[in-house]
Amino acid sequence: MKIGIIAVQGDFLEHAEIVREIGGEPVYVKKPMDLEGIDALIIPGGESTSIGKLLSRAGLEERVRELALEGMPVLGTCAGAILLAKRVTDRRVGEVKQPLLGVMDISVVRNFYGRQRESFETSVEVEGVGKVRAAFIRAPAIDQAWGSARIISYLDFPPYGRTGVAAIQKNVIAVTFHPEITGDYSLHRYILTLGKR
Amino acid sequence: MKLIDSYVYLDRLKELIYSLLEQRDLIKEEGKELFPLRISTPLVNYGFVSMLKGGVIMDVTNERQAEIAEDAGAVGVMVLDKLPYDVRKAGGVARTADASIIKRVMDSITIPVSAKCRIAHEWEARILEELGVDLIDESEVLTPADESAHIDKWKFRTPFVNGARNLPEALRRIEEGAAMIRTKGEPGTGNVAEAVKHIKLVNRDISILRGYAQAGDFEAILSYSRQNQVNYELALLTAKLGRLPVVNFAAGGIATPADAALMMWLGADGIFVGSGIFKSADPENRARAIVIATTHWDDPEAVAEAQSMVSERGALEGIDLKQLRPEELMQVRGV
Repeated sequence: MKIGIIAVQGDFLEHAEIVREIGGEPVYVKKPMDLEGIDALIIPGGESTSIGKLLSRAGLEERVRELALEGMPVLGTCAGAILLAKRVTDRRVGEVKQPLLGVMDISVVRNFYGRQRESFETSVEVEGVGKVRAAFIRAPAIDQAWGSARIISYLDFPPYGRTGVAAIQKNVIAVTFHPEITGDYSLHRYILTLGKR
Repeated sequence: MKLIDSYVYLDRLKELIYSLLEQRDLIKEEGKELFPLRISTPLVNYGFVSMLKGGVIMDVTNERQAEIAEDAGAVGVMVLDKLPYDVRKAGGVARTADASIIKRVMDSITIPVSAKCRIAHEWEARILEELGVDLIDESEVLTPADESAHIDKWKFRTPFVNGARNLPEALRRIEEGAAMIRTKGEPGTGNVAEAVKHIKLVNRDISILRGYAQAGDFEAILSYSRQNQVNYELALLTAKLGRLPVVNFAAGGIATPADAALMMWLGADGIFVGSGIFKSADPENRARAIVIATTHWDDPEAVAEAQSMVSERGALEGIDLKQLRPEELMQVRGV
């Protein structure tokens, strides 16, 4: 199975290592032609503003959006989740202008838990996947889901209460944490099963 | 051997080093360890810098420049008082940037904000951590506070980046707790030659170590680590991994899109650009062009397009290294 990984910026190397580990074939996606023949797509963590700008500059934005809407399994982690969302705000700066793919009916708040000093590790329970070891790095939170999108994992974060950390809409999954840094393979295995359906 | 394994390994190494201290803290703050969230662990720090891969971090001195950097697609900014080029011109003691400027920059952009402290200046680093910067650069561009030591970075919650000119220097900084390395170059010169030299030195030693590991010659790895005063476990990890166990960015003298692509081709995970952008005649364009060249370094067509966005006439004029007196070199600070 060929798994495309958006490789314009971010931790695409770590995703590729996991894809290889679970028997998939990672394909780095930097140009539209790299999307040919892939069975699933991963949008890695990184800086969502940079990735968004580079995606539209490389002419990838439109094609990725089409593939997601056509039913290709897509996993977005952290910055990837931000790019998949339709609405984005920043906790400190407020409204942000940045290019988005906007394929999921969710809204996210960037840098929700604070800056890097407040980044943390924990385990979260994801519906349909199970317990996932997760690293939250300058992570966003999913505060709303509407339409056919649904929040499938919550985290009890002491100062702020219950926050959404994963959402699904048909074939597209957004998680606000990084399973690829902790070496947890379960979400990657999960999107492979979505592809077989 | 995977890169993720190196993060997990370094995480454990830190745990070993500090296991006794942790025992003490555990007793002190009884029950706190039961808290299910572990904040500021080494793993989230290695993870954070890992997210910057393939990106460009730009030196800025005010929020206007920070906004230009964010608009251009930078993955982060590095706040300093004076750009290295101006440090050279101004002379005197170079210290960390104004706290008020750092705060203003953090409030104006959403990408990570880094700042520099002097080598071994533990309290400048403490202040930067208190202000909430995302990454601290213990940097030879500023005047060192101690000529012979570095900060014990394991004590901090904020990740550190340190400069290195060769593999032993890099491994010594990682042993002290650096989450990220940048090959030093010679900052503020607009001359990429030293950055190239340093990354090649790092690569050369890595391939030597890798050869030992592949041949199963662990005695040679041990002897390398003794000769170069580096931790054996870290040398072994590097040998097995075939690359630096943490993320490595190229820095020092990068002034054009072609410079950035060259450093990526030599194996850098990303780029630091300092004086190259804001001392040029066309900062906005140049910043955008350098970001494109860094992402698409393996695509000559894209790099050519990026290079044609800027003019050589607008580039930082640059300083020939041969005209610098030995005492003017910054790269030799803090080995």
